[in-house]
Amino acid sequence: MAVSVDKTVSTGPARGRTSPARRTSGRGRSVLEIALLTVLAVVMLFPVLWMIETAFKENRDVYAIPAKFFNFTVTLDHFKDVFVDSTGRSSLSTAFLNSVVVAGVSTVLATVLGVPAAWAYSRFAVKAKKDQLFFILSTRFMPPVVVVIPIFLMYRQLGLIDNKLGLILIYTAFNVPFTIWMMKGFVDEVPAEYEDAAMLDGYTRLQAFWKFTLPLLLPGIAATAVFALIFSWNEFVFAIFLTSSDSVRTAPPAIAGLIGGTTVDWGLVAAASVVFALPVLVFAYLVRKHLVAGVTLGAVRR
Amino acid sequence: MGTVAVNGLRKSFGKVQALDGVTLDVPDGSFFVVLGPSGAGKTTTLRAIAGLEKLDAGSVHLDGRDATGDAPADRDLAMVFQSYALYPRLTAYENIASPLRARRRTSSEIADAVERMASLLHIERLLQRRPAQMSGGEMQRVALARALVRSPRAFLMDEPLTNLDLKLRVEMRTELTRIHRSLGGTFVYVTNDQVEALSMADYVAVLKEGKVQQVGTPTEVYERPANQWVAGFVGSPAISLLACHAEGDRLVGEAGWTLPRPRWTTAEDGRPLLLGLRAEDLSVERRGDTSLPGELYGLEPLGDRTVVDVRVGTEILKVKARPTVTGTPGERLQVTVDLDRAHLFDAGTGLALSEAGR
Ligand SMILES: Nc1ncnc2c1ncn2[C@@H]1O[C@H](COP(=O)(O)OP(=O)(O)O)[C@@H](O)[C@H]1O
Ligand SMILES: [Mg+2]
Repeated sequence: MAVSVDKTVSTGPARGRTSPARRTSGRGRSVLEIALLTVLAVVMLFPVLWMIETAFKENRDVYAIPAKFFNFTVTLDHFKDVFVDSTGRSSLSTAFLNSVVVAGVSTVLATVLGVPAAWAYSRFAVKAKKDQLFFILSTRFMPPVVVVIPIFLMYRQLGLIDNKLGLILIYTAFNVPFTIWMMKGFVDEVPAEYEDAAMLDGYTRLQAFWKFTLPLLLPGIAATAVFALIFSWNEFVFAIFLTSSDSVRTAPPAIAGLIGGTTVDWGLVAAASVVFALPVLVFAYLVRKHLVAGVTLGAVRR
Repeated sequence: MGTVAVNGLRKSFGKVQALDGVTLDVPDGSFFVVLGPSGAGKTTTLRAIAGLEKLDAGSVHLDGRDATGDAPADRDLAMVFQSYALYPRLTAYENIASPLRARRRTSSEIADAVERMASLLHIERLLQRRPAQMSGGEMQRVALARALVRSPRAFLMDEPLTNLDLKLRVEMRTELTRIHRSLGGTFVYVTNDQVEALSMADYVAVLKEGKVQQVGTPTEVYERPANQWVAGFVGSPAISLLACHAEGDRLVGEAGWTLPRPRWTTAEDGRPLLLGLRAEDLSVERRGDTSLPGELYGLEPLGDRTVVDVRVGTEILKVKARPTVTGTPGERLQVTVDLDRAHLFDAGTGLALSEAGR
């Protein structure tokens, strides 16, 4: 998740704002600044650019030596190959569908479980609240790969290996702590007195939350859900360990699986990667305003 | 009916003892003011009555029935929050309608009630606005309307006028008293402004550090403060306190002055006392047989009157005088004391000496 989040955060919202350097130097940017930023942009974006180019190149241009930057023939064949093959629907398109299901369901579950929990942590006096919250967060300190083996063994007992439900559960488990932490920041910013007032009006506590606080949390929930979605969508380690068949596998291991035969169809790999990256970019764009608020965990007043 | 009685309320937040055994009895239909400085536990008291705060100990009785564990919705109370707590996404109309909607009234009933409130509080033209489009005074009226739109057992009001500018505050004071008279109902009204308390209340409870210092009518609290702290908190300018002790039939000040000992004083000779004198019971203009020597320290012209600061020894006396009074600092003068209206406190405990003989 780290890579894609960093990218969206640093490119997306920064554009709309004045950077400190720009503010001090007034309107004109110094030549040096422009030069450095250009170099940085080229270095950072070159692989992405190359991926996009390759996705649209005819096969002979893909393998041309020296590489063709500009005058290649544009084709959409690779994109067609992503979705259909000789047998009809391609296994890649099944993988994308699986990713949509797994990422979507695990995000919905994490939100449904995490938002009320965050509300409770924000509103109620819970015993050892700080310790509990730290414990919840600490599950995120650990690299996922550490628990892959125990999870694998557990799942084998439960029959969750090579099962979409298995991935959904593990992604939910990773996203709930994150949702709690991020949403607690948002809930903290909504005065509890709205709920107090609603209860005196005659509503129950849950009605007060549902009718008066929840609507104010929607932007925060959207931002949090996008983060969870991106995590589940990008997740590779669990997906490759816990699934194997084409009908269950999600997109990341499926795309990785395209590389490794005797010949690699780089055009297909690139096109699949573009399709894979697109939803993340779209979602990140839609909630770009909240991504900044999100990464600061509500520490900054908007 | 609408009586509120709380008994022995205790509540601590970590190390802070917000309520330390608060007992209050609010009679039906009265305007009951809880007065105290910031941090005294006023808000916590109201929230306890409303059922918003889980208590460490104590009970809340509404209309004589134990309501200690009841949910706020079941207590049939209305509250105006210090921060107003208007729902930000709803218009003023919907905010005022909210208590009625929660209780499933028909929309024609709701429309009637909201209109009545709007004209009572002069907010007809605000009804379609949201809180963000209103000024503080306007939000405050809408918050009042939301509370007054029903006829609950009691209205709880948490410093509803504190955030207003002075002119509006004085206006709203009169208006609230008028509303209380016209609507009836029991009001529990919290404020840190003693003028508000004295001018609006049927009864005042003075609260300090989670403890009730005194309960009484405004006159009782002003004329017979239970202790030195209440005497100092109620009244403006603050009461002047002079260290002294009794010696036979004289009161002898630590600064060297002597006054006749008030007949009702019960203190034995030599016990350290504080003589409390209000500005209006002192004069630098009148001559009388009981007076203190001092020197002019400063003048505070306040338009309708001037407060003269007089130094007696190391202590300052605040004396009320006509606005035309003049003088130069350092000038020696005599302060005439109306001893019949003086207060005596034990310097150790701060408690008022028995005034039974008065
Ligand atoms: N939710 C809370 N958490 C911690 N301390 C609180 C809380 N509410 C009130 N207090 C503390 O309790 C004391 C009384 O507060 P409050 O009832 O709000 O006083 P008042 O309304 O008279 O200003 C204060 O010292 C305040 O800091
Ligand atoms: Mg308060």
